[in-house]
Amino acid sequence: MSCIRSIVAVSFLASIGVSTAVTAQEMISDTTARKQPLTTWGVQFEEFEYRYSDDDEELGVWNADAFYGTDDFKVRLLTTGEYEIEEQAYETLENQLVGQIPISKFFDAKAGVRFDTPEGPDRTYAVLGVAGLAPQWFEIDANLYVSKDGDTSAELDAEYELLFTNYWILAATLDASVAFSEDEEIGVGKGLVSTETGLRLSYDLIDRAFSPYVGVVHERKYGDSADLAEADGGGTEDWFAVIGARIAF
Amino acid sequence: MKPRFLTGLLSLLMPAMVLAGEYDLTVDRVKIDTGDFVKEGIGYNGASPGPVMRFKEGENVKINVTNNLDEMTSIHWHGLILPFDQDGVPGISFPGIKPGETFTYEFPIQQAGTYWFHSHSGFQEPDGAYGAIVIEPEKREPFRYDREYVVQLTDKHPHSGDRIMRNLKMIPDYYNREQQTVGEFFSDASKNGLMNTIRDRMAWGDMRMMKADVEDLQGFTGLINGKGPEQNWTGLFEPGERIRLRFINSSAMTYFDIRITGLDMTVVQADGNNVQPVNVDEFRIGVAETYDVIVHPKDEQAYTIFAESMGRSGYARATLAPEEGMEAAVPQLRDPARLTMADMSGMPGMDHGNMAGMDHGDMDMNSSEGMSGMDHSNMEGMDHGSMAMGKGGQSDPFYAKGSGLVPTAANGGKFLSYADLKAQDPLYEDREPTREIELRLTGNMERYTWSINGVKYEDADPIRLKYGERVRFKFVNETMMTHPMHLHGMWSILDVGADQWNPIKHTVSVQPGTTVYMETEVDEPGQWAFHCHLSYHAAAGMFRKVIVEGGPESTQAKTDVIAKDGGEV
Repeated sequence: MSCIRSIVAVSFLASIGVSTAVTAQEMISDTTARKQPLTTWGVQFEEFEYRYSDDDEELGVWNADAFYGTDDFKVRLLTTGEYEIEEQAYETLENQLVGQIPISKFFDAKAGVRFDTPEGPDRTYAVLGVAGLAPQWFEIDANLYVSKDGDTSAELDAEYELLFTNYWILAATLDASVAFSEDEEIGVGKGLVSTETGLRLSYDLIDRAFSPYVGVVHERKYGDSADLAEADGGGTEDWFAVIGARIAF
Repeated sequence: MKPRFLTGLLSLLMPAMVLAGEYDLTVDRVKIDTGDFVKEGIGYNGASPGPVMRFKEGENVKINVTNNLDEMTSIHWHGLILPFDQDGVPGISFPGIKPGETFTYEFPIQQAGTYWFHSHSGFQEPDGAYGAIVIEPEKREPFRYDREYVVQLTDKHPHSGDRIMRNLKMIPDYYNREQQTVGEFFSDASKNGLMNTIRDRMAWGDMRMMKADVEDLQGFTGLINGKGPEQNWTGLFEPGERIRLRFINSSAMTYFDIRITGLDMTVVQADGNNVQPVNVDEFRIGVAETYDVIVHPKDEQAYTIFAESMGRSGYARATLAPEEGMEAAVPQLRDPARLTMADMSGMPGMDHGNMAGMDHGDMDMNSSEGMSGMDHSNMEGMDHGSMAMGKGGQSDPFYAKGSGLVPTAANGGKFLSYADLKAQDPLYEDREPTREIELRLTGNMERYTWSINGVKYEDADPIRLKYGERVRFKFVNETMMTHPMHLHGMWSILDVGADQWNPIKHTVSVQPGTTVYMETEVDEPGQWAFHCHLSYHAAAGMFRKVIVEGGPESTQAKTDVIAKDGGEV
């Protein structure tokens, strides 16, 4: 046996009072925060912007979400809206409240409700969705909606970020919505309803908390939905120049 | 040995003669100025880092810790062998120290060397609550030096620990500013060919893993003894002197590669235990590790101590100089490290053939065996491309073959490997382990979850050990990050293949895609923490409680035997 060890042993004897204290010491159970699931929260505005269209329409637009919860369960509030500045009216205004649980390594399932309260008729939907990271770094958010009247529709959001540098980032987004039944009152025809594609070049000015950007957005309506829009005297296609900021806190 | 034994015996008979020291520490809110930014933090006796606690082997210490914060605190004596109720881990050793309360730690110092202490509560340690411990040995040291300095490193971040944790949970690459860019794609394409580069990016994209995922937490200022690179902590020397530098990495998250341009370093101690001297040009210090090196500057000039982070996102700098104010050139940071497929080789369930569907990849992280389902044939081509990038055929048995993290010395010389560490004077008799416990280091970067065997601390049962056994721990790193694993209370005998000369450590780094073994003589009763020492990995769940069952009676029996054996030496 090595020398050092013997010294240890002797000092153990010397401090015999301490070692008996050890045996008497009760082993406590861990009730600290460390033993509890880690609860976090966050707020992110993917889009917070001013849009100016090719026919002089001006919009204030946001697309944001806030979450609170643990790895196993989160509550998420998603909010998106388009405010027509001249008419002082919400073209769209959607709020979703969903519960979110992990279902695979990279994807979560969501379920909850969606309230649409824009100018015009309101709608309430049940929501079922998946969100996560697909191979090749595509951020995916796919949702199925069933309205109170039984109208069903689906929406797919995809985003890809291209890093010109670690601060200059080009984000490409695609939102597409499909209706499985017509809801004429809100201008939705059966089939592919609309797409919104965007390209936004941002610069991370303060960490990832504040990243101003400029970009272009293209909105288009299709099929019956386009017909409904035209019948209503509206356009079916819009190009926007956008300026805004991505915000996270 | 005999006189020392007799001294021990005397001290047993006359406890009043036992060397004893009483120390006071206050835990305070402090201002931390890194030169780059000033922030509120936590420190000891009014400063961060706290004081260097100097003890003597054989001393019985009494340390009064007064909590001046408005929250609970604790002090863990990192690497010290002591009764478990003095170890300072809230919820495992003791309940913690309440605001306004003074807690008195009391334990015998049974070892010598360089260690450190830090809070084990919340993120107080990354917020500044750490200090150094230097223990003078009872017997003469097997190396000579004329003066010594503690060189304590940290990665001071402008954000608080709580905020960092939340940001990492919200956006896991929040702090990663070394990601691959469009520019890097084209430079890789011109180096390795366009198709190879596309295939390489696709392979990583398929895994949803980043080659740049080396440092979770960037944007820090490296501090040495509390001083930023511009503030330049300086240690004075007279040319011709031997200087012992006690390096301690008190970082929350950062590994440092340390060199002193123009000086050879002789590593004499690792984690407080003497090792057979190794001459190196550079060494990597894992989070929570300590290395003591001796340098012998002969010239009347300044030398820069340069500590570059493993991911090359930041650095700490200090100076050794014959007089105050002298300085030497500060080297440039080298290119950021990039992981290779070799670093991913520990990941289970990696199937490159199947890219379809959202459920791909699923939850078999928890169940499948390491490397099963890895399609190596697909990756061969990639590795060559990455290895060609200037690693110069370096290898280290403690890194995956072809790993992008294998360190190289800036001057092309000797870089310390774990394989070079051999105990100077083994603490324990070499014996067969009584059993093996496999600990898979697991996690998910995209969710920022970290775990052991796929289970986070919140859901985990304790690891139960039996007093008197010798356990062989098998670490299998299935993640793409390096994890410094720290077992409290008992030594980690790192298996470097040197049998009885295997070095004795308190923190063992496990590189991605590797399996590392360590053995522990279970010789301390009680319950202990066992965790990854990266603050945000530990907090995210890479943490366990270890319970040592039995002990009390056998402690007595075993001590008698050891004392007798010791007396005969």
